[in-house]
Amino acid sequence: MSIRFEVNGKKVEVDVEPRMTLADCLRHVLRLTGTHVGCEHGVCGACTIIVDGAAVRSCLMLAVQAEGSQILTVEGLCDGEDLSPLQQSFRKHHALQCGFCTPGMLITAHALLSEEPDCDAARVREVLSGNLCRCTGYISIVEAVLDARVAYRDNAGRVAGKA
Amino acid sequence: MRTVNSLIGSPIERREDLRFLRGRGEYVDDLLREGLLYAAVLRSSVAHGRIRSLDVSAARALAGVHTVVTAAEVRSGSPENRIPRVPMRLQPLPEFEPVGQPVIAETKVRYVGEALAVVLASSAAIAEDALGLIEVDIEPLPAVAGRRASAKGEAFLFEERASNLAMKFHAVRGDTAIAFKDAPYVRRERFRTQRHMALPMEPRGLLARWDAAEGKLTVCGGAKVLFFNRRTLARHLGLPESAIELIENDVGGGFGARGEFYPEDFLIPFAARHAGRPVKWTEDRREHLMTVNHAREAECEVEIACTRDGAILGLRGHAHVDVGAYMRTNGAVGARNIAQFMSGPYRIENIDIDVSLWLTNKTPVGTYRGPGRFETDFFRERLLDMVARDLAIDRVELRRRNLVPQRDMPYPIATITPFESKDELDSGNYQVTLDRCLREIKWQEKARLSGKAIGGRYHGLAVGCFIEGGAAGPKETARIVLEPDGSFSVYVGSSAIGQGLETAFAQIAADALEVPLDRIRGVLHGSTAYVSDGYGAYHSRSVVMGGSAILAAADNLRAVIRAQAAERLGCAPGEVGIVEGEKAVAPNGRSVALGALSGAGISAEGAFLNKKHTYTYGAHAAHVAVDPKLGHVDLIDYVVVEDCGRIINPLTVHGQAIGSVVQGLGGAVMEHLQYDEDGQLLTGSLADYLIPTASDFPSIRAVVLEEHPSPINPLGAKGAGEGGIIAAGGVMANAIADALRDLAVEPRELPLTPSRIWELVQAGRSNAQSGQG
Repeated sequence: MSIRFEVNGKKVEVDVEPRMTLADCLRHVLRLTGTHVGCEHGVCGACTIIVDGAAVRSCLMLAVQAEGSQILTVEGLCDGEDLSPLQQSFRKHHALQCGFCTPGMLITAHALLSEEPDCDAARVREVLSGNLCRCTGYISIVEAVLDARVAYRDNAGRVAGKA
Repeated sequence: MRTVNSLIGSPIERREDLRFLRGRGEYVDDLLREGLLYAAVLRSSVAHGRIRSLDVSAARALAGVHTVVTAAEVRSGSPENRIPRVPMRLQPLPEFEPVGQPVIAETKVRYVGEALAVVLASSAAIAEDALGLIEVDIEPLPAVAGRRASAKGEAFLFEERASNLAMKFHAVRGDTAIAFKDAPYVRRERFRTQRHMALPMEPRGLLARWDAAEGKLTVCGGAKVLFFNRRTLARHLGLPESAIELIENDVGGGFGARGEFYPEDFLIPFAARHAGRPVKWTEDRREHLMTVNHAREAECEVEIACTRDGAILGLRGHAHVDVGAYMRTNGAVGARNIAQFMSGPYRIENIDIDVSLWLTNKTPVGTYRGPGRFETDFFRERLLDMVARDLAIDRVELRRRNLVPQRDMPYPIATITPFESKDELDSGNYQVTLDRCLREIKWQEKARLSGKAIGGRYHGLAVGCFIEGGAAGPKETARIVLEPDGSFSVYVGSSAIGQGLETAFAQIAADALEVPLDRIRGVLHGSTAYVSDGYGAYHSRSVVMGGSAILAAADNLRAVIRAQAAERLGCAPGEVGIVEGEKAVAPNGRSVALGALSGAGISAEGAFLNKKHTYTYGAHAAHVAVDPKLGHVDLIDYVVVEDCGRIINPLTVHGQAIGSVVQGLGGAVMEHLQYDEDGQLLTGSLADYLIPTASDFPSIRAVVLEEHPSPINPLGAKGAGEGGIIAAGGVMANAIADALRDLAVEPRELPLTPSRIWELVQAGRSNAQSGQG
């Protein structure tokens, strides 16, 4: 089936089998391999992307369901070579080790901070509890997200693709 | 302005982060090749059985299926017409050979998940469709689902051996018979740790390409021990090592499990050569949970002898480890470590521990971060708290009295047989980390909370000590190349599995070459083509071994630079000075820029040889509040203090410590790979196998010290990254026991899930009642 949608501000048209997941479509058809697949049953959160403003598990969504939507993946989080304030904060706080869960963490945090730039640590933990990380123990990830809040308060952290 | 030798010890932000944060990491499943075939593996759904028939004709006939590889193809394609076996990488004892794992099941299956066939198709989806068309008939045999059934011997995994005992290790020091004979106090206890696993977030994957014209095989998706795996693959495929390149891409976590030689590490390259097309395979999470090394399933009966004032006289006992269906690569390490490290950081002059390795119809085991040490810390630290109460000695005081004193360093620990290995604790002051840990958790202040119920929750405290081995030998290699722009490229035989190796090694190299960090163009790891030999990343060895090899390579490189410059400058090599890592200067003041010398192809290799181990050490402390009605444990505060010798990058060491603790807490209170009596894995998804999430343990602190550099390597570094996990099980169990002491709760088994705690509370109550009646 031929479907059209927008990824990171660019219009795309792809021909996919109806059974293909959106995660596989992004990774293997569009070659946006920053979105990772860790469990294929919606538990680990590594494949989290933003579809029409909401953080979703791209392994639990079929590509054909994305018809007409606006999608943001980790590749769209920064403009050009410079890291976004959220990404910088992750680096500063050492909020990543192996980097596999990182795209899902960044996207989930980006969706949260875009909606709730004043959220507290408990809220950050609650929202991130749907994303598994095996390296960091989460402490530094929570610190990084809290530290990045200020950038979202003046909208500086917002990027294309976020409705 | 640059200061020489200032990078080691600085919290440098990681180089790796720049690609990971932008989605530009390159993990093996991200790779694509022209003409790629996708592999899917048919796996046994039966734990123990004889293969009657395997019919792949319908699968072969499916449109899009290229071929199906079974044991028949593997046998006929093997140089010796036999099914290759996964070798033992560590402790390669002859006893293990008959119980090694065939890379594909031919006559028998011995665990759920064992490979039976590999389908190659034009897409992963078609390959998986074809798995459903394979007809396999397996005659079920009685499953040996635990170590007791294994010892009973009513069914044998290997009938010809007529025993399910794979091996026994024995650790001895002094004479326990004498120590126990007239001991004023003896206590015997039985403890158990549960089967759980490393579970890196990235599933395993491989991409193999056979170039028939060149006779060359390229395999992406390696990790940890590339050179060993290349040797194994070369032997099994009948190829020279030089015909194979193993490549490590970005690796989504290791923790001991990833990168070992698994059956697929043969099957996928074999399939690529068989099909004459590149083949990619990525496991799904269910496959991961049932095929990647499990760990930690151990039981022990241990006995301690002490004086009345708490000086330990001896420790003896028997341990039993459920090793699963086969012995593969590092499957003996956990068990041998249980024997050798039962004494941990304590001075125990008389030790006698034997460990039996029992074969069962479950997934084979291997190392998981802190192998054998997590288990023994739980056994030993639990036992020490019981001893302290029996003898009415303060728990801290009991530990203080028995820690190995600094004056006794290096301190020999129990010697293990077979594969005799003597070992000694290298250096350190174990009292310092214990004291600091108590201070950090505010032990004095909180002591009054111990056992107290506040708002329906009982508060408990615990402290425990650990040692962490590192720096496994025998060798590591590094090569440094002077590039035309005067920058340096560093090639290493170590492996990166997510621990920040590129940054730490760049720091070491920059200091060794006396240049700023940006002159280290790259740290290149992860190919068997980079250095002459490499040993990889395990046993917390990368910084000590690989880092020291970089120092050697830098020394050698400077000698080469001096020799080259001397020719240009017309002086003796010994007279050449290298200034700021930028130019070579002769005594007469003439100089040449290093970049200008690089045309001569300047590079040097260096190696570091080492047979001794480093021992990082420290203490953990926990403050918990337990709800006895729900069995829920709230972790109010958790502190780990460790001294890991010279620190290269405090940011990454601290991150490793915290991450390690949280994994340990998972093992302490939630993680459990459960099987039923037929050997079926009941926890085959991440919804069943629970690991810690962001909301479980919000208060964890780590303090990393460097007061006692290791005396056995030029960096003074020790292993880091495993200490956080090691004491977590024992300390959590002791904290829960302390909280619920008035309810007579005495945990002897992990994990301490809410339901188990509730059961212990009920058992404590009924014991109390029957005691009254």
